[in-house]
Amino acid sequence: MPNLPFLTLAELRSGYSRKEFQPSEVIEAHLKRIEALNPELNAYLEVFGDGARDRARALDKKLAQGGPLGPLFGVPLAVKDVLCVEGTKTTCGSKMLEPFIAPYDASCIRRLRDQGAVFLGKTNMDEFAMGSSTENSAFGPTRNPFGLERVPGGSSGGSAAAVAAHLCQAALGSDTGGSIRQPAAFCGIVGLKPTYGRVSRYGLVAFASSLDQIGPMTKTSEDAAILFWAIAGHDPKDMTSSTRPVPPLEALFGQDPRRFRLGLPKEYFVEGMDQEVRDALLATLAKLEGLGIQVEEVSLPHTPYATAVYYIIATSEASSNLARYDGVKYGFSAKHADSMLELYERTRAAGFGLEVKRRIMLGTYALSAGYYEAYFKKAAQVRRLILEDFTRAFEKVDAIVSPTTPTPPFLLGEKIEDPLTMYLSDIYTNALNLAGLPGMSLPIARTGDGLPVGMQIIAPAFMEERLFCLGRLIEELTNPPIQGVPFDQPIA
Amino acid sequence: MAWETIIGLEVHVQLATRSKMFCACPNVFGAPPNTLTCPVCLGLPGVLPALNKQAVLFAVKTAKALNAQVHPHSLFARKNYFYPDLPKGYQISQYEQPLATTGKLEIETPGGTKVIGITRLHLEEDAGKLVHEAEFTRAGVSYVDLNRAGVPLMEIVSEPEISTPEEAMAYLRALRELVRYLKVSDGNMEEGSLRCDANVSVRPEGSRTLGTKAELKNMNSIRFVGKALAYEVERQVRVLESGGKVAQETLLWSEKLEKTLPMRSKEEAHDYRYFPEPDILPLAIEGERIEALPELPWDKRARFKRVYALTDEESGILTEHPALAEFYEALVEAFPNPKTASNWILVELLKTFRPKMNRLDFFPAVSPKRVARVLSMIEDGIINQSTAKDLLARLLEEDFDPEAFVAQQGLGQISDEKALLAWIDELFERHPSQVNEYLDGKEKVFGFFVGQLMKMSQGKANPRLLNTLLKQRFDARKPAS
Ligand SMILES: [Zn+2]
Repeated sequence: MPNLPFLTLAELRSGYSRKEFQPSEVIEAHLKRIEALNPELNAYLEVFGDGARDRARALDKKLAQGGPLGPLFGVPLAVKDVLCVEGTKTTCGSKMLEPFIAPYDASCIRRLRDQGAVFLGKTNMDEFAMGSSTENSAFGPTRNPFGLERVPGGSSGGSAAAVAAHLCQAALGSDTGGSIRQPAAFCGIVGLKPTYGRVSRYGLVAFASSLDQIGPMTKTSEDAAILFWAIAGHDPKDMTSSTRPVPPLEALFGQDPRRFRLGLPKEYFVEGMDQEVRDALLATLAKLEGLGIQVEEVSLPHTPYATAVYYIIATSEASSNLARYDGVKYGFSAKHADSMLELYERTRAAGFGLEVKRRIMLGTYALSAGYYEAYFKKAAQVRRLILEDFTRAFEKVDAIVSPTTPTPPFLLGEKIEDPLTMYLSDIYTNALNLAGLPGMSLPIARTGDGLPVGMQIIAPAFMEERLFCLGRLIEELTNPPIQGVPFDQPIA
Repeated sequence: MAWETIIGLEVHVQLATRSKMFCACPNVFGAPPNTLTCPVCLGLPGVLPALNKQAVLFAVKTAKALNAQVHPHSLFARKNYFYPDLPKGYQISQYEQPLATTGKLEIETPGGTKVIGITRLHLEEDAGKLVHEAEFTRAGVSYVDLNRAGVPLMEIVSEPEISTPEEAMAYLRALRELVRYLKVSDGNMEEGSLRCDANVSVRPEGSRTLGTKAELKNMNSIRFVGKALAYEVERQVRVLESGGKVAQETLLWSEKLEKTLPMRSKEEAHDYRYFPEPDILPLAIEGERIEALPELPWDKRARFKRVYALTDEESGILTEHPALAEFYEALVEAFPNPKTASNWILVELLKTFRPKMNRLDFFPAVSPKRVARVLSMIEDGIINQSTAKDLLARLLEEDFDPEAFVAQQGLGQISDEKALLAWIDELFERHPSQVNEYLDGKEKVFGFFVGQLMKMSQGKANPRLLNTLLKQRFDARKPAS
């Protein structure tokens, strides 16, 4: 019997089809690891032990009956606690939603369920997906499996840590400014933010609606492609989801990356980029060039404005999206309020954490009469220029490469008191959300301290297959992609 | 000093779509609280709006009928404010780039037809309702009913070109009639499917500058709009004439007190922080999707006058509801006497139809063909007017074959000369003195005989024939001169 939690999705599928093991054994192996390791990591907020076991037993029967198995059959998944799973708590890492039980499934959850996936539980996150370290969770921080004193990144830190420590086969995250890619880089896994509109947002608790995307967090590029393929496609419940057909799974690996031209944005090489991160990226690019791939400099001239534009748009939309948490209908509600206004004030003062309140204030300000033109409207104009930068660059190159984050994972508590420094964790990632483009982070190296370093690949809209093809090639060059994982011993 | 009044109206029309604006919940009135809700209209975490295409088509149709410019691209926006009846903490509406602008609506005034400009027409969602009624509530507690949350609304804003409360009422009547014709709303103000806010100001006649305006709300019928505006105009004139200043404020019409009262200023100090709704892509409207407009009320009215030679009043009433107009035309087709047909509808049938004519699905509860056959029987002398009235009243209750019924019940007029002459002879025998009185020249007695004969025939004697025969019999008794 192989060490089940350490398999990839493709290995799991072939094991099932050869009946080497069955879903309940796979699920049980994961639940055991979670039981042993989660208390230390705090990756999961809730584990669906019995629910997952029941579901696995039903799948055992299906496996015994025979018939074709889809690529998601019996795959144990972790779900960021920002996605609604019917009948279970969806807290968004917030005291505000601590009592909230979702009465419906997010569209991507429904799709995965229909394809035979098994949900193991809900993972920790920065409150309402606002943060880069998972320290903004109301339920304590998640720790990085590569160094327990370090952050796993955020906001999808729980999902990233769960994948890295093999507490699931793969996980779902959400990415508004880098919240999948940055924790993927910090935890040495693969994280994909799909093109805006490629995956339905229905059932994803909104942070910033024009930027949010759900995406896979996996051990390999191939796994990312499989999970992406399973959740992508039009959903009539999300008007911003694209009607463009999703390519068949095989087509996601159908391109030869050796013929790609890659662009390296000169504006990304600025002060603040860690030397080891820089060296790791350039070394990987040198290997690619050795295979005949052309790497050239491109310019994204509006890059210096991206973080400012991002924080104006994201906080503006958030200030509106989070207005519904008022203590009237569901979730946390302050006691002993004497008036309606007092109920609102007390509920929101006690229910939201500091960072969320800071962003609601920023966004409310940016939308206010007298400031709207100078802030929100101006930001929306510059956002268009940022997209045009990318469009122009993609006239010359097939994909753009960059570090995912300026630094390796930092220490718990290191930046939490300094929000502006924390915001700079996003500088290579948030422009993609503004432009709606797909981007994937994958591990390329370890620092001298053994910490993961990630590389980001950016493709034109709806060209995710370029990311998977190039990703797979890079994994071959840096093989094995995940080495020296802590907790790599099987749990007895 | 003479004063001039300037009124602009903002009308919210609930659209009669099957489902709500952004979810599949049914759009119906009067269900038990919170039974017509789902995660979307409850504003639960994670939900997204899915725009109701029918609502867009209804708004486009109305805009076209108002001769407004429908924009090929329009935007939805969020209007942010906190209130317990607003589940998301914002209302999805349109702000910059609305669906349509610059239309017009013709209204009838005592001075003739007047054109009122339409500034804009846009789509938005309705909010829920707070329930304060004693039967549901404990002291100090209010409840929220979200059945109405997410019902599609069309907001139509007029130019400030309305000059009197009467014109405002005429404008609302015209708009209500239009939405009923287009079948986009039942336009029922009492149930809130048509709501009206008014901006009103006064200025000295001839002045070019606008006076300070007040905003009036809470007027639940066209009549209240007239009363509230008349009161408010008078109040503003009084304030100005006594040297005061009109405050820019929002006022609520109190029907109980018959006056306007200021809303607490805290409730109106809103900065709505409008911004483009990121969950809905810009709306693209393509011309070919719009179905042809039906004949509009003003066109139908003109045609009725011309084709059927009706008066303004007759054509006005007959075209008040498209179903009534349709009924009239079907009746005229089967009974080609337009004037008589109109008279019978206005005098006999309308009082039964009226109470139901504020529903979009109003339909005359009697077949025009049956009514035509009753009217034809009068014309043919088979029945008289009073029998016809009884028959129509019965037809409104239940359907039956009028000719067969008349024959069966023996309701037909008695036009049998022999029978009538026999009754006359019998009567003459019973009342010889009255016969002599008539013969002596007291012609008034003629009426007595008619009355008696109608009694003997149970009202069924053909009155014209009866008159002729009675005269004949008297003439026969007159001494030859
Ligand atoms: Zn609903």
